Amino acid sequence: MLKLPVYLDNNATTPCDPRVVETMLPYFTEIFGNASSRNHSYGWAAEAATDLAREQVAALIGADPKEIIFTSGATEGDNLALKGVFEMYADKGNHIITTEIEHKAILDTCKHLEKLGAAVTYLKVNREGFPDLKELEAAITPKTILVAIMYANNEIGVINPIREISALAKKHGVLMMSDITQAAGKIPVDVNRDGIDLATFSAHKIYGPKGVGALYVRRKSPRVKVIAQIDGGGHERGMRSGTLNVTGIVGFGKACEICLQEMETEGKRLSILRNKLETALLQLEESYVNGSVTNRLPHVSNISFKYVEGDALMMGFNKNIALSSGSACTSASPEPSYVLKGLGLGDDLAHSSLRFGLGRFTTEEEIDFTIQTVTDTVNKLREISPLWEMFKEGADMTEYY
Amino acid sequence: MSYSEKVLDYYNNPRNAGSLDKTNAWVGTGLVHVPDYIEVIRLQIQVNPATSIITDAKFKTFGSGAAIAVSSLATEWLKWKSLDEAAQIDDMYLVEELDLPPARIHCAALVEEAIKAAINDYRTKNGLEELKFEELETGLEA
Repeated sequence: MLKLPVYLDNNATTPCDPRVVETMLPYFTEIFGNASSRNHSYGWAAEAATDLAREQVAALIGADPKEIIFTSGATEGDNLALKGVFEMYADKGNHIITTEIEHKAILDTCKHLEKLGAAVTYLKVNREGFPDLKELEAAITPKTILVAIMYANNEIGVINPIREISALAKKHGVLMMSDITQAAGKIPVDVNRDGIDLATFSAHKIYGPKGVGALYVRRKSPRVKVIAQIDGGGHERGMRSGTLNVTGIVGFGKACEICLQEMETEGKRLSILRNKLETALLQLEESYVNGSVTNRLPHVSNISFKYVEGDALMMGFNKNIALSSGSACTSASPEPSYVLKGLGLGDDLAHSSLRFGLGRFTTEEEIDFTIQTVTDTVNKLREISPLWEMFKEGADMTEYY
Repeated sequence: MSYSEKVLDYYNNPRNAGSLDKTNAWVGTGLVHVPDYIEVIRLQIQVNPATSIITDAKFKTFGSGAAIAVSSLATEWLKWKSLDEAAQIDDMYLVEELDLPPARIHCAALVEEAIKAAINDYRTKNGLEELKFEELETGLEA
């Protein structure tokens, strides 16, 4: 039986895998020690558990366990990486290069740093969602200390050419930071192969618990350091103080282990389902996939349905399907997604977009239901849309689009 | 966005969605699209020229569920009103009737505008002077 609502918002968060929960349970009650307690077995057991998790987390991204700093999630990791590098490398320069379609955890942190004297270049992206590498290289100055570009985008799933980007950074002696939150555990990420010096991600996007994440900080060639943004106690090699969230970290480790083992099969299964969904929905006239379809995460599809409005579209099925739209419809003049605007989409197409984020527990039955429901809703709304009628009559739509 | 049951009902079962023949002299059409708002609202009225009574009303709306609901409610309200009565439309009636959230109050103002435009379209077509209305006011919401 189909259980409603269907969950297709796995880019926002994922449910905990039952195997993760099971692994975590003893750490709430029996093995509850503080990993910093050196004098008794409770502390040692907790430390052993976090050591194992550190290995599991490191293994997922080809890092050394000593290069993993546990955080509360990707937002904290992004903050620590950007602010920590800015402070640490102040003698070298103050310039950071990023793109316009990064996650807000990067963009808002950059805005904050600008107030503290940072110069930030926000690269534009093309219709596919990629920055221009020539522009990127041209933007590098002797003052540039960091290139911060996400591995894969959270709204459109587009995968950046990270190896080429990091090669440019390296060529000019600039550190390469990447928010790998959407990519880690979904596609192979290897910090050495990919030339990444700092990387952030979180557990809850990969079927682990919320409230835990990691910052990878390279130790060799080059040895990277960040100035702590949370002081006290000197945990995590002095870069992130605070009692370790042992239970969460254990779950994070297990989640990484499962991803490493199952990523390939899962990715193939999800890309087949995603393609089925996408092919069916593109049968609707005037529907478009946003961003590159070739370099894309296997489980994401972002589609715009022209001549229907996002809020109305969501209303048609949000009792039965949980997903995100490109329309932030809480205000009177809704701001459409800045990511879609960054691709060059007009407000109209940005507003009528839906992000389908499939996940480990998505079934084919759910995809069939989604195809039917979304198709019916789009057709129903177009029937009562004056724009659709004008378009069908061949009217000039430039006033509206 | 959380909507009242009534908005959901009008969204799920829109009344009077559709078109009237805009070339018909007795049909008045009002199409409203205001910069800064995404909604495109089209209201049409069919008028009996002998009595000046609105005998039918239809809408098509591009916009949020609230915009669709307000448009649909307005067509129900318009039917069997005289043109003079229809010209007295008060958008706050629509807002209160549907218990619109603050961020959607502008939809009612746009619908009011569409009603007035439809009336004037009818009047122009039939050699009557256009009615003068106050400027559109949508600035009620946050």
